[in-house]
Amino acid sequence: MAELTRRPDPEELLRRVQAEERREQRGRLKVFLGYAPRVGKSMRMFDEGRRRKERGEDVVVASIQGELPADIQCLVDQLEVIPTLTEHYAGREFQVLDIAGLFRRHPQIVLIDGLANDNPPGSRNPQRWQDVENLLGRGIGVITAVNVQHIKERQDDVARVTGKRAAYSIPEAFLIEADDIEVVDAPPEALLGRGGQMALDARQLGELRELALVLAANVVDRQLQGYLSSHGIAALWGVQERILVCLTPRSNAETMLRSGRRNARRFHGALLAAYFEQENLSAADRVKLEANLALARELGAEVHCLKASGFVEGILAFAREQHITQVFLGHTLRDQSRWFLRSPIDKLIEEAADFDLRLFPHAETE
Amino acid sequence: MSEERKGRLKIYLGYAAGVGKTYRMLEEAQALRAEGVDIAIAYFEPHGRRETIAKTEGFETVPRRTLTYAGTQFEEMDTDAVLRRKPAVAVVDEFAHTNVPGMAHDKRWQDVRALLDAGIDVLTTMNVQHLESLNDQVCRVTGVRVRETVPDWVVDEAEEVVFVDLTPRALRNRIERGVVYAPEKARRAMDNFFTEGNLTALREIAMRHAAHEAEDKLRPAKAIPITGRHERILICLTGSPSSAILIRRGKRVADYIQADCIAVHVSGGAGERQREAVERHMSFARNLRIDTHVVEGPDIAAAIATFARSQRITQIFMGRPGPRPLLKSLRESVVQQVVRQARDKQITIVAERG
Repeated sequence: MAELTRRPDPEELLRRVQAEERREQRGRLKVFLGYAPRVGKSMRMFDEGRRRKERGEDVVVASIQGELPADIQCLVDQLEVIPTLTEHYAGREFQVLDIAGLFRRHPQIVLIDGLANDNPPGSRNPQRWQDVENLLGRGIGVITAVNVQHIKERQDDVARVTGKRAAYSIPEAFLIEADDIEVVDAPPEALLGRGGQMALDARQLGELRELALVLAANVVDRQLQGYLSSHGIAALWGVQERILVCLTPRSNAETMLRSGRRNARRFHGALLAAYFEQENLSAADRVKLEANLALARELGAEVHCLKASGFVEGILAFAREQHITQVFLGHTLRDQSRWFLRSPIDKLIEEAADFDLRLFPHAETE
Repeated sequence: MSEERKGRLKIYLGYAAGVGKTYRMLEEAQALRAEGVDIAIAYFEPHGRRETIAKTEGFETVPRRTLTYAGTQFEEMDTDAVLRRKPAVAVVDEFAHTNVPGMAHDKRWQDVRALLDAGIDVLTTMNVQHLESLNDQVCRVTGVRVRETVPDWVVDEAEEVVFVDLTPRALRNRIERGVVYAPEKARRAMDNFFTEGNLTALREIAMRHAAHEAEDKLRPAKAIPITGRHERILICLTGSPSSAILIRRGKRVADYIQADCIAVHVSGGAGERQREAVERHMSFARNLRIDTHVVEGPDIAAAIATFARSQRITQIFMGRPGPRPLLKSLRESVVQQVVRQARDKQITIVAERG
């Protein structure tokens, strides 16, 4: 790998040791992530349970969902099941994990289908994912499956696609903190053709599929950053496309920001905006800069203020630190050049080895 | 009429050997067979993996073609035999494979296109690192320059790209258990390419690419540009070795933002060696379905600016100017001249990844 080795700071070391201690006591969590029902998550989960049992691990099924298709039932039949308990509350029927039974039985691994589930009021936890936390805390490993619809932070995106919000939601942190996450993918057509009625059409399924894959990629990116920092590696490269828009009062900020956002979206990457702290700004320039920053935030950019002494050095250092892959810059700066002096842009062109530099014209002059 | 129908391509996409692409492909083949579909294995690479080999049981297999090259025997897919057999669906492992010299096509993906043209549906497998546009990024991340590449447009033409996932931990366990490679090869693989860092990075790349493919399938064939103005990207080719990186990057950006993409070289009496390199880059660009043009110098920057204007280009892609001797560095580089001369264009100076 192209990388620099650096010494981790003491804080980081402490965090790492604590995380390792926690991990040793905790059970491992593995989550199968899908984009819709019938994508094949349960099949994959129970098949993994079967294979682990064959390799000698102590595996127990703690929850199944509804009527099982024959092939999945066949897998479940090979495993020990601790059934859910049926509880009634306000005329509704709830299926609740038999936590006490699972604690007593204390297997190595528990399989839980249907992670998105509410417990009735008065239960140990309001939601099932919290039950899972309890199991992990007791050193029991958990394998479970979830659809992107049920991730809390994705609810707006999902609602935009399906017009509906899921009844139960699981925090994204649950996925991020999982030891393993695995995507279960299949073409939308396969789901539609698999019998039963599907409330979603191919287009909606396709959009959910994209959401699930990007969510998984973001979780994996966290894992990658964690791996790199825990191994004292400062990578000079990013896997994710990360776009930095440099804002100045007179730059054509709107064009750059909108283009940046479009690019970031298309690449499923991140958008950042940065400006240099300047004390001698005129009132008019200050107003313009504030408007640009407001627009940047509105477009979802992560806004940073740079305090470097030099413009070029500031951008280079920030880009390196943030693993930037593209820098967008306005042309205004190229006016500042004199025949005997290289402009900041010229310097940047020569020094920018790790990112693409995209220069924008003043305004839409075409 | 049914003779004219093109076959459909389905690609099982993974991020490394051993994640289970072939296994998933064969599962699909079994499901199709159970539905009564006429299906044959046109090429299968067993790699000695027991569970995968078991999945091929009961399938008709079209015998491979054996040919000798440089004193060694090689086996390749017998494309003509598959065309004669003409199943409804053909299973073809390892899409990115390079054929041994002497075959009709250099690449297996070209063989597959011949099957598709004949109306045969194809199921195939590939790893994300074989995608041409990701070549530099993969090299940068893993330190390995992948030689067997597939142009992106070939993959984009697939009807379906299915992502096959496995955690790096599980993959490394499988390698340790000897499921993927023979023991001594496994050890080397674990220490070199199959490190946790490499695998995690490749996996993220694969997920993002799969997301891109999923999104791509949702777009109408000729999308109306959101900006209202259609983007046109111009790649400025030279004889410099970094032109390959420039071409891949320009094309990748163009594909992602759905822009047109053309390439130009300004000929100004380049030396013979340069001319050969330029020709190679032009042909590489054409393989990626980029239209190439040559315009006359002698003022390179002025020629680029004029050409860009005449072609209604919105964005110019150029390589970074290399280190120059002191005297020359007092003058502006071509890039700097273009930046000044094509003021109304966006200009992207591409980093030398890789």
